[in-house]
Amino acid sequence: SFEGVKNANGNYVVTMIAGDGIGPEIAKSVEQVFSAAKVPIEWEPVKVYPLLKNGTTAIPDDAADSVRKNKVALKGPLATPVGKGHVSMNLTLRRTFGLFANVRPCVSIDGYKTPYDNVKTVLIRENTEGEYSGIEHEVVPGVVQSIKLITRAASERVVRYAFQYARQTGKDNITVVHKATIMKMADGLFLDTAKQLAPEFPDIKLNEEILDNACLNIVTDPVPYNNTVMVMPNLYGDIVSDLCAGLIGGLGLTPSGNIGKDASIFEAVHGTAPDIAGKGLANPTALLLSSIMMLRHMNLYEHAARIETAIFDTLANSPESRTKDLGGKSSNVEYTEAIISRLK
Amino acid sequence: MFKTAVRRSSVFQPLKYGGKYTVTLIPGDGTGKETTKSVASIFKAANVPVEFEEIDVTGMDKTDKPTEVALHEAIQSLNRNKVGLKGIFYTPSERDGHTSFNVALRKELDLFASLSHIKNIPGVKTRHSGVDFSLIRENTEGEYSGLEHQSVPGVVESLKIITEPKSKRIAQFAFDYALKNNRKTVTCIHKANIMKLADGLFRKTFYNTAAGYESITANDLIVDNASMQAVSRPQQFDVLVTPNLYGSILSNIGSALVGGPGVIPGANFGHEHALFEPGCRHAQLNISGRNEANPTAMILSACMMLRHLGLKEYADLINAATYSVIEDGKVVTKDLNGTANTEEFTRAILERMERL
Ligand SMILES: Nc1ncnc2c1ncn2[C@@H]1O[C@H](COP(=O)(O)OP(=O)(O)OP(=O)(O)O)[C@@H](O)[C@H]1O
Ligand SMILES: Nc1ncnc2c1ncn2[C@@H]1O[C@H](COP(=O)(O)OP(=O)(O)OP(=O)(O)O)[C@@H](O)[C@H]1O
Ligand SMILES: [Mg+2]
Ligand SMILES: [Mg+2]
Repeated sequence: SFEGVKNANGNYVVTMIAGDGIGPEIAKSVEQVFSAAKVPIEWEPVKVYPLLKNGTTAIPDDAADSVRKNKVALKGPLATPVGKGHVSMNLTLRRTFGLFANVRPCVSIDGYKTPYDNVKTVLIRENTEGEYSGIEHEVVPGVVQSIKLITRAASERVVRYAFQYARQTGKDNITVVHKATIMKMADGLFLDTAKQLAPEFPDIKLNEEILDNACLNIVTDPVPYNNTVMVMPNLYGDIVSDLCAGLIGGLGLTPSGNIGKDASIFEAVHGTAPDIAGKGLANPTALLLSSIMMLRHMNLYEHAARIETAIFDTLANSPESRTKDLGGKSSNVEYTEAIISRLK
Repeated sequence: MFKTAVRRSSVFQPLKYGGKYTVTLIPGDGTGKETTKSVASIFKAANVPVEFEEIDVTGMDKTDKPTEVALHEAIQSLNRNKVGLKGIFYTPSERDGHTSFNVALRKELDLFASLSHIKNIPGVKTRHSGVDFSLIRENTEGEYSGLEHQSVPGVVESLKIITEPKSKRIAQFAFDYALKNNRKTVTCIHKANIMKLADGLFRKTFYNTAAGYESITANDLIVDNASMQAVSRPQQFDVLVTPNLYGSILSNIGSALVGGPGVIPGANFGHEHALFEPGCRHAQLNISGRNEANPTAMILSACMMLRHLGLKEYADLINAATYSVIEDGKVVTKDLNGTANTEEFTRAILERMERL
């Protein structure tokens, strides 16, 4: 749980990684909304870009120090470096701060109609191993082996967080999604670990579901999943979280949180959107929703609720204030102002 | 000169004795018994020249020898007949349970390509309309290699194997399928940004193969994006080709889009064999034995089989009758919001066939 301390002004200091492309625009929206809502947060802006240190990709020291000191950061999208030698920035951050769990809520937005109504799912993805271990090799030409790595330690960490998250958010069960029929040992270990952990959380029920059935059932009717916290290995989490995002209208509206040992980083799921960067068209909703997750992570529940209400209110009741990607005509700035004017 | 039965060099040669094809029938577990029974009664009523050789195999027993024997018998039968219709075997997920018989059968016969049809059925109300795509899935390697080990306690490695020859033959299968069925685009589904070597090889081989099929558009999509697109704009898909695991995910998403696992037909193809089975593989233990299952997936799979055998008229008749009963919506099963049981639905199809 969050252990940050307030500074002399009575504020928490939070690292702001505005990022690339539309990052600075949407980060600015968040800053403006936070300041209008008098959130007790001071931003510490840092730049993050890839550096090669002894052959491995790293981020600048001042950025790393800032995140470690503040224990929490809000992050815009980062451009993926082209060229050899760099692993992705997301992976680098994950490794630097031990971000072991990725939390992805998907909530239907009133005012943005999709074929699926009343979606309010949340999924926790193991973020450090599994199919993303990066251990691959060509055994002989034309034959490639890719290793999926599952450890009890990482499984336990993420499942424990899922139990805690369920408790924190008032849910009485979690659902482990797996494919232990096929990957008996690997997914079997993940599932086993969950079962062994369950007695520590007698108030939270442990359900299990095969990945196939989960996909089938979520797409048939996602609403029953509103009542659980899904938790799963890396790849399944990647796929199913995007699947859920599809139900509510895509990545432009989905926030996420990366929970770690040393720090936690909250970020929008979408990319840098180079096609619209600098044009005032970017929709800041996903980053705003990420910042709300961050506030809840910091136990600033009232501020979170106030801002969230203003956003949902604006999207639902003021169609003209929406940005272009949601069928509106407003600029990023106009949309942000509309939210601020609806802060109660 | 007297002509002996010529062995067609192309693909497979089902056996036809006395004007009848002999086909292996493996009902499998769960609702397989009920749904294959429905097919058998439809075939009988329509005088389909197919004789079933039924083999009972179950994935339910965990250690029983006889099960292995039955599986072997099924394989022998399929080796004789080259063509089969099957239900789904249950696979226990306990670690000491056996490996999947579904997978074992596909590997043993080298049934490398799995095909499912994801298509809206008139009369079945769904959230999306205009969905019509085919999913082609590599069936014999990838994440289903079954190669796993525990290096030290609490650390498990599971191997995903991707090979060039297998990636190539599935890509070829997909493009050939597209050509034969007037499809325009084949999309390769992968996660090559993360699994750079493994999925990278699958993707690279796909594009190399595509060069030989100029009339077909080839493109690719990362699997998480594909899953998102599938629920937001599934109409964009035409033919998808995937490694093993992503195929399982997308077939389940796809089936949910068009009415559930009860209506999706499918098949597995090898160089010598063709084994037809519901396209979204579920044993449906929860409703088995209750006369409740929707046999449509099995019936449509059987129709695919009839076309494969060259029995197109029979396939068309059964297909039309089934579609017509569903479109009427009066006698349909529970999963399609009806009240009919499996037998009543089957009877409605039999009656409809007489009138068509
Ligand atoms: N916040 C946003 N507001 C409006 N449009 C967006 C937003 N985020 C993404 N988009 C649009 O969605 C599409 C995909 O954007 P995204 O940046 O995720 O893709 P990308 O090209 O993969 O970027 P990156 O390389 O950084 O991952 C683009 O057309 C972009 O304009
Ligand atoms: N043909 C069908 N008719 C009616 N309902 C179906 C049909 N096929 C699947 N369903 C429903 O879809 C759901 C998922 O299938 P099911 O519960 O059988 O998975 P399962 O038995 O665990 O399968 P598997 O062994 O492949 O994991 C069930 O609720 C089942 O009732
Ligand atoms: Mg993803
Ligand atoms: Mg991107």
